[in-house]
Amino acid sequence: MTDISMSQPSGSYTVNRKFDITSAEAQGRIRSRYRAEARFKSYGLLALGITSVFVVILLADVFVRGLPAFWQHRLVLDVPVAADAFGAPGSVDAAAIRGGDYYPVTKAALAKAIPGIESRSAERQLNRLLSTGAPDILRETLVADPSLIGKTVKVPLLLSDDADLYFKGAGSKIVSRVPRGIATPSGVTGEVTVLTASNDFADELATIKRALSVRAGGVEREAGRLQRSPDKANQARAVELLEVAKALRARAEQPRGEEPLDADIPSVLVEINGGLVKATKLSDSAITGEVLLPLKSADEAKPANWKIVTYVTPEANRKVNDQEAAFLERLRSLGVVESGFNWRFFTSGDSREPELAGIRGALVGTALTLLVTLALCLPLGVGAAVYLEEFAPKNRLTDLVEVNINNLAAVPSIVFGLLGLAVFLNFFGLPRSAPLVGGLVLALLVLPTIIIASRAALRSVPPSIKEAALGVGASHQQAIFHHVLPLAMPGIMTGTIIGMAHALGETAPLLMIGMIAFIVDVPQSFVESATVMPVQIYLWSDLPEQAFQAKTAAAIIVLLGFLFVMNGLAIWLRKRFERRW
Amino acid sequence: MSGLYFGTLAVLMLAAFFAVRSRAQALANVAAAPGMRDVRYSLHSLPIYHGLLAATLVLLPMLIVFAVGSPIVIKMAETQALARLPAEVVSDELSRGAALRDLYNILTGKFQGEASAQLKGAAEALRSATSYGNWIVFAIGVALAAAALFFSIGHVSSDFRARNSFERIVKMVLFACATVAVLTTIGIVFSVLYETLRFFFDPALKGRPTVTDFLFGTEWNPQAALRADQGDIKTAFGFIPLLTGTLLITLIAICVAGPLGLLSAIYLAEYATPSFRAWAKPVLEILAGIPTVVLGFFAALTVAPLIRGWGESFGLDIASESALAAGLVMGMMIIPFISSLSDDVINAVPQSMRDGAYALGATKSETIKQVILPAALPGIVSAFMLAISRAIGETMIVVMAAGLAANLTFNPLDAVTTITVQIKTILVGDQEFDSAKTLAAFALGFVLFFFTLILNVIALIIVRRYREQYD
Repeated sequence: MTDISMSQPSGSYTVNRKFDITSAEAQGRIRSRYRAEARFKSYGLLALGITSVFVVILLADVFVRGLPAFWQHRLVLDVPVAADAFGAPGSVDAAAIRGGDYYPVTKAALAKAIPGIESRSAERQLNRLLSTGAPDILRETLVADPSLIGKTVKVPLLLSDDADLYFKGAGSKIVSRVPRGIATPSGVTGEVTVLTASNDFADELATIKRALSVRAGGVEREAGRLQRSPDKANQARAVELLEVAKALRARAEQPRGEEPLDADIPSVLVEINGGLVKATKLSDSAITGEVLLPLKSADEAKPANWKIVTYVTPEANRKVNDQEAAFLERLRSLGVVESGFNWRFFTSGDSREPELAGIRGALVGTALTLLVTLALCLPLGVGAAVYLEEFAPKNRLTDLVEVNINNLAAVPSIVFGLLGLAVFLNFFGLPRSAPLVGGLVLALLVLPTIIIASRAALRSVPPSIKEAALGVGASHQQAIFHHVLPLAMPGIMTGTIIGMAHALGETAPLLMIGMIAFIVDVPQSFVESATVMPVQIYLWSDLPEQAFQAKTAAAIIVLLGFLFVMNGLAIWLRKRFERRW
Repeated sequence: MSGLYFGTLAVLMLAAFFAVRSRAQALANVAAAPGMRDVRYSLHSLPIYHGLLAATLVLLPMLIVFAVGSPIVIKMAETQALARLPAEVVSDELSRGAALRDLYNILTGKFQGEASAQLKGAAEALRSATSYGNWIVFAIGVALAAAALFFSIGHVSSDFRARNSFERIVKMVLFACATVAVLTTIGIVFSVLYETLRFFFDPALKGRPTVTDFLFGTEWNPQAALRADQGDIKTAFGFIPLLTGTLLITLIAICVAGPLGLLSAIYLAEYATPSFRAWAKPVLEILAGIPTVVLGFFAALTVAPLIRGWGESFGLDIASESALAAGLVMGMMIIPFISSLSDDVINAVPQSMRDGAYALGATKSETIKQVILPAALPGIVSAFMLAISRAIGETMIVVMAAGLAANLTFNPLDAVTTITVQIKTILVGDQEFDSAKTLAAFALGFVLFFFTLILNVIALIIVRRYREQYD
């Protein structure tokens, strides 16, 4: 790098250092240094980029999952309410309305919408489409307006979670096709054969053969994996699977002939004469299957009057089976399915049925818990901050208190839960699951945060304010409580709101003190069993029903909304009242 | 009853405040009257301080009487009521508790079925004894308050230093506030320590392990302790798999958050323009503000299936509750933690050091790597330690995304469990408080508390010892 020449005669002490920054070598070095610089800078940008992308994906994921749960599908049915069930006409008994059994009424209304269902299992499936809470909606309507009794009421009845999800797109892609030939059904209910004059089902047959060969491939791969395993039982199983695959391939390669359908391949249905037949056996020119929706007649149908319908997603991969899907499609074509905002989500408590579950109980529980927390930790935190900042003598004890507060801020939250369990529940015998105890634990948890923030706020008030007050004869406490503390209040408030936002999102310590119970009723007092938003989210996320996933995400959206508002408020307070001295 | 008590308390406080203040005001008016302007007669303290002191003197004794008196009343009433029940009913702690619950249910009308005459008699005794005792407490409280009231009224005089006395009380109250934090720490240490000692040394406890078994055992299976008669139960409380599981997830988290957080902090502190900072900081703040239960939901429902799917496409068999998913999301959780702490530390390095490096011809990245980072190293190390302690103590992400099976493995694709997951699993739901299983959770809590405490203390010491005083 440096070319030191020592050829000069001694005497005049000059070292000829040559920094040739124009040489190609030096230019190269500089270029590589600048490249390193750009690289290093881009690492930083990349790190920030990855973090931002993660935040965006997280929020987008929650919103995509959760937003559909704010809408709900209902069936607006004509429900005839017979007057004789509630005592003499004209004198309707309020208690009888409240105590009435409305399940048969809604059942009858549904049967009227889709008539002609004879089989018991089909009838059961039809009734399962309505939520178990649907009769209660009718009850509420009648209690609110008893004059409706004896009339036919149009009531939006809640659908079950699976039916609701079906309308939200969790069902199947449905392809329908107009055929060429004339079709003749062999009957109107039960097991029916539909014959066509031309080979109308050839396409469906080809599709199914393709599906079979795909399935055979899957089985072969599974067999190959098992063959490689050292386990003897697995190898035996692989041999069996290969046989299965061979049979599937044989079926797939046979060009014609009747093919049985099962739940693992797309369902083929025929819509004819106002009814629907689901194929269980399929050949080029005929299907045999069960009637899902009864036919009006067994007359032959012209090509324009019948259709071949395919539910592309195999029945085994859906929550809603073909029978239920047929009912739901029929209801949709009748125009009685209505989508509306899910107010129930905000007005009802928890439930085992996803379509009935709401967050009201959790919201009230959160409010009660945070009220206790705020009432405790604001005075305690500010008091402690004022004492430590203004009155505490500088000695080892104060030092210890300081270190202790800093350490307490870093103690895992679940340990506070253990404290609550051992001290508040077992020692003091306070009630389990109560907002009072939850609030106590959270208050201790956020106390260090509030003390630290309050002390910073007090310290930021210039000493000249206090000195001026002392100078005109105020006592030390008067100077602090009349002058310093009011000026520090915006900072203290900001810290408190951030602390409360922290408490709002805290889950683990509340699990320890039992705020995890399944509670349907909205809590009314500080000592009743309650749950809070984050715990409700945790509870729902654990449930197997798919609809609860959307509910969980929706509850998360509400929780994030509250956090957003609280943090926004803190930022606004800081901007509005912050003073630079 | 407590409503009446505190209602009376409020009335008496207000009465004391207004009576004493107006009396002091009257004295002040006399002193300020024309022709009387003599400093010897003017009040030492403002009338409001006389009033405040009087109200406080009413408040304190009544509060103390209530806090001490009502537990005593409850205890005595319960003893009296239980004495009316046959001896075999109240022989042990458990049945005494059940009997008391029955009695209270009878009193509140929530008793299921028909109560026996004996039970009804005991309930009646409980009710009358409670109300009798409460009236005594009430009488004592009111008497003391009245005494304080008359004392205060009698003490209003021009040279009574009401303000000084009041301020002394205020200062004591403030001191009490400051000690709450200390009491919390003491409460944590003692509650956890007490149960932990019982776990190891209580001779009445069935299936308790020795300390060595706990610290060095390689099998964790608290459920086994329930079947005390079956098999070798002492191996059930081996702590090592939980430790390795916790460390594995923490390691993954730090591998994610360390580089990302530190590089973000460097970029924000050294390269970013103010407008870029104004955009990037809130992103990190949003991440910091997301509740961990939300991150757990994301980890369990989105990240874990994604990783599993990727693994399958590469022919890897990944557990659906793999350590990797939990560790990745936990790493994301602690990024803002590391970046904001490191950002502060880097900003605290004086500008003169940067200027010196630039003057020598160093590029920005060379300055950062060779000057700023070495100077900020203690702070950065402590930031990492605090982040590690946060990751070890984090509960919800691992509860939702990591498994329950205590596998002793370092494979990030396997399911592992952590200390916090086990505490939560043991303590949530039905628990009998005297089983080794429940106490094991407290022992784990004890370990967790001291683990994190030591990390925090080391972080503090590093900062204190190596903080170079530049300016």
